[in-house]
Amino acid sequence: MALYNSNRGGIIQIIIGVIFVILIGQLISLQIVSNKYKLAADNNAIFRKIIYPDRGIIYDRKKRALLENTISYDLVVIPNEAKGVDTNTLCEILKIDKEEYKKRMIEVIIKNSRVKAGTFEPFLTPELYAQLTENLYRFPGFSLSERSIRNYPYNTAAHVLGYVAEVDVNFLQKHEEEGYEMGDYAGMTGLEKQYESILMGQRGVKRYLRDNKGRIQGAYEKGEFDTLAIAGKNLYTSMDVEVQQLAEKLLQNKVGSAVAINPKTGGVIAMASSPGYNPNLLTGSQRRKTIGRLLLDTARPIYNRAIKGQYPPGSTFKPLGAIIALDEGLITPSYGYNCFGAYGACGDPRKCEHHNAGHAANLQLALANSCNSYFLQVFRMAIDNPKYKNAKTGYLKWKEYMNSFGFGRKLGVDLPSENKANIPDTAKYNKDFGNPRYWNSCYMLTLGIGQDRMTATPLQLANSMAFIANDGYYYTPHFVDSIEDENEQDAAMLEKFRTKQKVTKIPSSIFKVIKEGMHDVTVYGTAAFIKVPGHEYCAKTGTAQNPHGKNHSLFVCFAPKDNPKIAVAVIVENAGYGATWAGPIATLMMEKYLNDTLTPESALKAETLSQVDLMPQAIKDWYVRNNKSAYLTPLEYNNDELSDVWDMEMLASDAIPARIPKDTIKKDTNTKSSLPAAPTTLPKTNKDSAVLNNKKKINKSKQVNKKQPSIKKKTANKNVNQL
Amino acid sequence: MSTSSNQNNFSKGTDLAVIVLYMIMVAIGVLCIYMVEYNPNTSWSTSFITAKTNYSKQFYFAIFCSFIGIFILLMDSKVFTALANILYAGGILLMLATFVLGKNINGSKSWIPIAGGFNLQPAELCKIFTALFLAKFISKPETDFTKLKSHLIAGAMIALPAILSIMQHELGLALVYSAFLFAMYREGLPAAILVIGLSFAVLVIAALLLEPTVLAIILTVIASLIILSMIKRFKRNKNTILVVIGIWAICFGTVRFVVPYIFNNVLECYQSTRIYSMVGKEYDCSMNIKAAANMAVGKKSIKPDDYNVKQSKIAIGSGGFWGRGFLKGTQTRGKYVPAQHTDFIFTSLGEAFGFVGTFTFLALYLFFLFRLIRIAERQRSTFSRVYAYSVVGIFLFHIAVNISMTIGLFPVVGIPLPLISYGGSSLLTFTALIFILLRLDADRQMVLR
Repeated sequence: MALYNSNRGGIIQIIIGVIFVILIGQLISLQIVSNKYKLAADNNAIFRKIIYPDRGIIYDRKKRALLENTISYDLVVIPNEAKGVDTNTLCEILKIDKEEYKKRMIEVIIKNSRVKAGTFEPFLTPELYAQLTENLYRFPGFSLSERSIRNYPYNTAAHVLGYVAEVDVNFLQKHEEEGYEMGDYAGMTGLEKQYESILMGQRGVKRYLRDNKGRIQGAYEKGEFDTLAIAGKNLYTSMDVEVQQLAEKLLQNKVGSAVAINPKTGGVIAMASSPGYNPNLLTGSQRRKTIGRLLLDTARPIYNRAIKGQYPPGSTFKPLGAIIALDEGLITPSYGYNCFGAYGACGDPRKCEHHNAGHAANLQLALANSCNSYFLQVFRMAIDNPKYKNAKTGYLKWKEYMNSFGFGRKLGVDLPSENKANIPDTAKYNKDFGNPRYWNSCYMLTLGIGQDRMTATPLQLANSMAFIANDGYYYTPHFVDSIEDENEQDAAMLEKFRTKQKVTKIPSSIFKVIKEGMHDVTVYGTAAFIKVPGHEYCAKTGTAQNPHGKNHSLFVCFAPKDNPKIAVAVIVENAGYGATWAGPIATLMMEKYLNDTLTPESALKAETLSQVDLMPQAIKDWYVRNNKSAYLTPLEYNNDELSDVWDMEMLASDAIPARIPKDTIKKDTNTKSSLPAAPTTLPKTNKDSAVLNNKKKINKSKQVNKKQPSIKKKTANKNVNQL
Repeated sequence: MSTSSNQNNFSKGTDLAVIVLYMIMVAIGVLCIYMVEYNPNTSWSTSFITAKTNYSKQFYFAIFCSFIGIFILLMDSKVFTALANILYAGGILLMLATFVLGKNINGSKSWIPIAGGFNLQPAELCKIFTALFLAKFISKPETDFTKLKSHLIAGAMIALPAILSIMQHELGLALVYSAFLFAMYREGLPAAILVIGLSFAVLVIAALLLEPTVLAIILTVIASLIILSMIKRFKRNKNTILVVIGIWAICFGTVRFVVPYIFNNVLECYQSTRIYSMVGKEYDCSMNIKAAANMAVGKKSIKPDDYNVKQSKIAIGSGGFWGRGFLKGTQTRGKYVPAQHTDFIFTSLGEAFGFVGTFTFLALYLFFLFRLIRIAERQRSTFSRVYAYSVVGIFLFHIAVNISMTIGLFPVVGIPLPLISYGGSSLLTFTALIFILLRLDADRQMVLR
């Protein structure tokens, strides 16, 4: 029997062999032919964790850190492990209710799934942190996770430094290729945004093994494929933290801006915008509480007026007007104009503050006395230059000069969203006055004294001072002088700030005259009573009419006269005379910078000045109505105290300069001139309606008191009060 | 000197190759379990001493089993023939006892708890007893294994523990009993029965793959073609046509009624789903009577998915040609493969050592099986040969089904990989199977009845 079936042993072996061949065949297909399983395994098991490097630090010119990094803690939770949590205690500590607890838990699950840690409460305050660490054993699944946040030891330069915030969907779409992820933080404004790529450093990637429930098991391949995080590079700026703090202090309780530039390098020494805010209010746990209120504040504390505010430059333009005329050969320094207190060559006479004969007998005198008639005349000569065939060409030439001085275009400062302000285009005048053949210099006469449609940012004004101080060139204003471990790419980035911007070939003799004139301003002219101890300086005051009420107070200057080290522009909105408010602020900043300290008298002056309240009534009313105290001040000034001061001032309403819109339109404005140069086609309605509109606006803002007087491009003042 | 002569006596006639292969397999098994359980934070030496991890437990099981093996080798080979009947009866009684004493482990009530926290699975032991009992039956002089009657008796002997296993919800263990067909085939079971069995399997798969009506048409067409081509023969013998029509009717009935009945009424919902998913189809559990019954009782029927097989395939596939390296498999380290230390142990090997590893491993096993067949064929005694072929069949079935299910060629059934998978009962059973064979082989010159 066994013999009979003995061949069956062989058959069984064949069957076994076939089975094994099938198995090996499938193994070949799985392990050799297909490669999708390797990918599937990696997708399963490898968890990429991004390691965030420390952000770079920003220093001032003396290597003082304007901002630093500190550690903040987040309360994070792994929902799956959060079982048996003492919710009562937790809710009590966090001051939330059970509903909120559930809501947040669901949010965490949606964002990060059940098995991964998600943020339950970000940026714990030190007290919360202490309470939570003590009680953490009661909250299984919860833990505290470190996070690096910004800290501003000097409580200053909020507008310049900007802030970092969590990226949103828009940001992610814009920066798709740069490796940002939901929940990342990035610079949103200011230097933080401009130098984001340098400050953020290079992220590291760590690969972890993850198990079937998403829990981390340890490093993948002992970290062989990990990349290290490289810390962000530090930025060294030209800023001076003390000058900056002084500028912010002096601008307290005022609306305005101050910019100081080192003319030798173009480096910005200080840039203040008021009302501002304490940068520490927008970091960590403060941010959530503050950001909404700051954004809604009618005084717009987040708005950087220094690069976005557009102001009519007023008389501060006059030195530039003179430079153009001198360079074109239209006048000589000894050119004089016989001014008797008004300029009437274009019909409606424009008022001048000075009546005494000879106050504009030559350029120097005219500058020192800020004679309106003189500069209106000089402007007209430039536009109606016989060299050019018509007013349009003359105007275009004039505009070219202005653009080369840095007006009407973006200077290219290393801050985002700089405004180019306005040097009007001929198209505007064509639209208003028709064919350029029919219009002439009289139509835009007040451009000659920095009014009409001309606007400039405080930064442009400061830059124009640097331009004059340097005898005809400037460096693009910038904050960052150098980057730590600068490589070629960084150097290329900073290259434009290291290149001299010399666009015109104006002989230095012209600047010498202008400087003398501006020096005279500080000796016997409009700013004669303001001194900088130990230094001769050059300056020009400005009192710009504007459609929003009281005149803006402007002051531009540089010092020392012979070897300028600092150029400053200050504007205080709706404050009045340039020499009264803006002047002292600018000179105190220069004194601080040049002498490194203030004399006791100056310090006292600074203290008094900082207490002066020039805040427009509309803003104050808004605060009262919305029951808000302002955040305009650095931390050392208690907000409550400030609001007390304000309340007092509210009561003593007579202490505040009445903000009744001054009727600056003189009677003679409406009288028709019979002078031959008078433009008979001048659309009177346009002018009048503009004035009317302005009046309406003022009244409206007074009634509604909701809109903060903002700077409008269009100025239509035909009668100018110049100091 | 006396010890050395004892040693000689002890090892005389014992097939050393099988023992060496056995030891290699067990060592690979412990290593594979170590890969599964590996934790970089705990030292393996301490866990070996404390025996808290499965690989250390398996190691101690292996030591225990080697004592059992030595014990078996020291026994008189006549004991096995003498005790075959009693052991079988005892095994069946134990299996029946599980219905009373059984402990529920992983949803199957097939374990009897014994002292020291260990559990015994009688169905495992019954494999040995059935092998011995079958060998005893076939080797009886009065048994003529060419007769159908003998086939039926042998079939019943095998079916009894298989049916009990099914009743314990151990489908995998029940299927193992089909491995005895190898031994029966070797002893004269007509090949036709195997062919019919194979045809039935093909028919079932066809029934799963194709729409019933399409399949019915195909079957009818085939039957018609056969009738047409053999029309001359039918004229001579009218019975043949009846045979063809009969076969057609059986096939049709199987496809139309038997297959749906099996899937909807005999198998559990999850089993049907697994089989359907093998051919890439989805099984609708609402058709399953058992699932419906569970639903009526209020038990939630868990809808199973092919997660196991997917992860298992990923693990093996990600190994590539050379493998990811010892302890470097991410699927294993991340515990993505469920039951990896028991039924899916092959995945850790495939992931760590790649095709090179799996091929070597299969070659080793093939060599092992061929070695067992060689041993079987050199037996003079029918008892030893039948027993040897039973062992071959059991091993082959386990290996083929286990590996097939990890690489997606067979539905998931709970069948361990012999000598590799974690589990004391399983290791003990396979040890006993092998060492009894070695003991019988050592006495191959004797004629055992």
